[in-house]
Amino acid sequence: MNNLFAVAGVVIKELYRRKDFYVLFVLTILICVVMGSVRIFNDAKIARYLKEICLLLVWISSLVIAITTTARQIPAERENRTLFPLLAKPLSRTELLVGKFLGCWFACGLALLCFYLFFALLAGSREQHWSFINYFQAAVLHWVMLGVVVALTLLGSLVFTAPSSNTTICFLAVAGILILGRHLNKVALHLPEPRRSILYAVYYCIPHLELFDVRDLIIHNWPPIPWRVCILATVYALAYATAFLIAASLVFRRKAIN
Amino acid sequence: MSAPRVSCLLVAALAVLCFGLAAELDTWFQAWAGNRAQSADMLNVLLGDGRRMFANHFYVKADAYFHSGFYPTVFDNREAFQTAHMAEDSGTVGGRNQGEETGFLGKPRDWIDAFSRQFFPSEHTHLDQGGAQGQANGAGDLGEGSEVREILPWLRLSADLDPNRVETYTVTAYWLRERMGKVAEAEKFLRDGLRENPGSYEILYELGRVYSENKNDPARARNLWEAALRQWQRQEAAQAEPDKYLFNQIAAHLAMLEQKEGNYRQALVYLEMWKTRSPSPESVQKFIEEVRQKLDRGTPDIPRPADKKPTEAP
Repeated sequence: MNNLFAVAGVVIKELYRRKDFYVLFVLTILICVVMGSVRIFNDAKIARYLKEICLLLVWISSLVIAITTTARQIPAERENRTLFPLLAKPLSRTELLVGKFLGCWFACGLALLCFYLFFALLAGSREQHWSFINYFQAAVLHWVMLGVVVALTLLGSLVFTAPSSNTTICFLAVAGILILGRHLNKVALHLPEPRRSILYAVYYCIPHLELFDVRDLIIHNWPPIPWRVCILATVYALAYATAFLIAASLVFRRKAIN
Repeated sequence: MSAPRVSCLLVAALAVLCFGLAAELDTWFQAWAGNRAQSADMLNVLLGDGRRMFANHFYVKADAYFHSGFYPTVFDNREAFQTAHMAEDSGTVGGRNQGEETGFLGKPRDWIDAFSRQFFPSEHTHLDQGGAQGQANGAGDLGEGSEVREILPWLRLSADLDPNRVETYTVTAYWLRERMGKVAEAEKFLRDGLRENPGSYEILYELGRVYSENKNDPARARNLWEAALRQWQRQEAAQAEPDKYLFNQIAAHLAMLEQKEGNYRQALVYLEMWKTRSPSPESVQKFIEEVRQKLDRGTPDIPRPADKKPTEAP
C-alpha cells in the first residue's frame, strides 16, 4: 500500500509543479470574470448563463488535465529510463499502474476542488444562495467520472505508441460518449438489423460518462439527486475504472518495457 | 559597397516601401465594403455574416432555459417544440406545436435510459411559473423575483448574431416589460430592432403594446398599430400564406382600443377586418353585435383627430 501511495504522491507533485493546471484555472477565472462583468438589460441578478459557462470551462479543463496528465505517465517513465529502477524495487507492474491511477485521480480531485470552490463562490455571489449539496454531488460525480477517464487513458497509454495519439483518441472517445452516449439507443431503434443489434451492443458496452454530467441540474437549480442514485452511479463508474485497470494490467504484464 | 551597408540600405528601402504600401492600402481598406474592422461589434468582426447561423442555436437555448433545461434534442420528438414556448406564451407569434409537450422522452427504453433520467432535467416546467423549484411569486406578475430573466442573455446574443431575426426582439421585449417591469429597456430593444428591420409589422405591433399596456398612451399605441396594419397589408396580404395570427392580433387590439376610446364606428371597421381572417369568426361577430348595440343606443362616438379608415380590408 505504501508503494502505491509513494507512486501516487509523485504524480500529485508533478501536477502542482507543472503549469497546466494554473493556466487552465486562471483562464477559467478570467473568462468567467469578463463574462460576469457584462450587464444584460441592467439586471445584475442574471446568473445561469455564467454558471453554464463556468461549468463548461471546468469540464473542459478537468478533461484536459486528466487525459494529458495520465497519457504521459508510462511513456515518460519509459523515455526517461526511470521505469527500470522503479520496477527493480519491490514494486510490481500492477502496483505501479494502480499507483499511477491513484495519483492521477487524486490530482484531478485536487484540481476539481479548486474549480468547484471557485464555481460555488461565483454562483453564490450572483444568486445570493449556495446549494452546497448540489455542488458537492456534482463535484463527486464529476470526480468519479474522471476516474473512468484516467483508467481508460492509462490503458490507452499502454496500447498506443505515442502519448499524442492516445490523448487524441481518448479525447474523441470521451467527447463522443458525452455527446452521443445517451442517444445511441434511440438511433439504434431506427436502424435495420444487424446494425441495430451492433449499435445496441455498443450502447450497453460503453461507459456512460454522460450520467455524471449533472450540469443542467446545477445550472437550473433542480433539487439534489437522491443519494441512493449517486451511490449506484459511483459503483457503476468504479466498476468500469476497475475493468479498464485490469485490462491495462494484463497488457502491461505482457509488454516488453525496453 | 560593404555588405552591412548594402543590407542597411535594403532594409531602409523595404521599410519605405512597406510604409508607402500601407498608406495606399489603408485608404482602400477603409472604403472597402467587406471591411469588418469598421464594426464595433466583436462578433461581427470575428464571424462576419456567418454569425447568423448561430443565432437560432442561441434562440433555442433561451427556450431550453425557459424550460429549466428540460428540452428535446435532435434525437427526440420535437413536435411539441416547433414553436418556442417562450415565444408562444408571449403572444407575439402563432404556435405550430402539436402533441404532448411533457412526454417527448417517452417511456424508458432500457435500464440505462431509466437510470440516466435522474441526472438531467426530466420534468416539464416553465420559468415564468417558478421553474425547477416552483418558486412562483404569484399569478400574472412575478416582479423582480422572476426567474424568467435567465433567458435574456441568450436572446440578447441571438439578436446580436442575427439582427434581422424579428422574433427575437418581440419575444425579448415581452418578457422584459411584462414579467420584469423593464419597460424602458423593452422599448429601447424594440427600437433597436426597428432600426435593423425598418417596416417590421411585428415590432411595430409590439411597440404599440408597450405604449398601450405599459405607458397608458392610447394615441401612440393607435399610431403604431395602424402603421403595423399598413405594413402587414403591404408585406403579407398578397402572400399565399399570410401571417394571419399577427393580423388578427393587430386588428383585435385596434378594435379594442377604439371601443375603449368610444370610437365605435372605427372599432366596427377593425372588427370586420378581424372577422375576415379570424379562426373563430362567430365570436368576433358577437363582439360586432355588442358594439353595434352600443352605437344604436346612442352612446357618443367621440371623433378623434386625424380619424381615417384603413385603405382596404386585407
